[in-house]
Amino acid sequence: MSVVLFRIDDRLIHGQVVVGWGQATQAVFIVLVDDEVRVSDWEQELYRMGVPPSVDVEFASLAEAIEKVPAWEADARKGIVLTGDIETMAALCAGAPSVRTVNVGGVHFRAGRTERLRYVYLTDEEAARLRRLAASGVEVTAQDVPTVSPVPLDAFA
Amino acid sequence: MSERLRGVVLAHADLATALVEAARAIAGDETGLAPVSNAGCDRAGLAHRLEAAVRGGPALVFTDLAGGSCTNVAATVARGRADLRVVTGVNLAMLLEFAFHRDEALDAAAERAAAAGRAAVREVSR
Repeated sequence: MSVVLFRIDDRLIHGQVVVGWGQATQAVFIVLVDDEVRVSDWEQELYRMGVPPSVDVEFASLAEAIEKVPAWEADARKGIVLTGDIETMAALCAGAPSVRTVNVGGVHFRAGRTERLRYVYLTDEEAARLRRLAASGVEVTAQDVPTVSPVPLDAFA
Repeated sequence: MSERLRGVVLAHADLATALVEAARAIAGDETGLAPVSNAGCDRAGLAHRLEAAVRGGPALVFTDLAGGSCTNVAATVARGRADLRVVTGVNLAMLLEFAFHRDEALDAAAERAAAAGRAAVREVSR
């Protein structure tokens, strides 16, 4: 398969993804699955700004992404698929069962969340959602950058 | 004279605090600069921090990395606001130029800061 990373990151397309993961995985396309950005031309322009011209950026709604995962996985090129939150990724996995691994890359502080890792803060409900995702057969680990080892789900949710 | 401009440095980890401290060490305490870090917060949380720091404006927002979360949030907050401008690629030369020219109009200050920042990057060996 040529989607080398399915990642949850609430900072969406930013330096850690583009420079860190983009270079380490040699990804040449990045898909942002986000219903709000999908319909906002100026936000799309903003997120394209941080990506080198050699990397294609695509914006998809959740419904579009569920349809397109097989095509992305069949793509001869390597790519990264991002969601901004846990719920969207869980819904993507439910709709596209070929997704077998999920990277929790950045879920930051918000009221009601407690710190699990330096870059992962979760409510009890969100932790339970990740455990249900894992129970459905998806490998869920946390890893902010490619230069460190992935953290198993049991250590943070 | 109109209200003097304020500046907010929005950057990763402790960079903003360090840059503002360094600017004060050179330009004195009246730099008009306030630091904001992105540590530990998501986009909404960072937007709240930035909005609190710029208060009513007018203010120039300095960010560290084009395409980074700080720049993305700053551009989002500044969208549609005539009292905010955002310059990315912040460096100390840029901040000093700002600190010594806070009586300018916001647009002119943004252009001045960007030009000073660009001019400060060069190889000095050989």
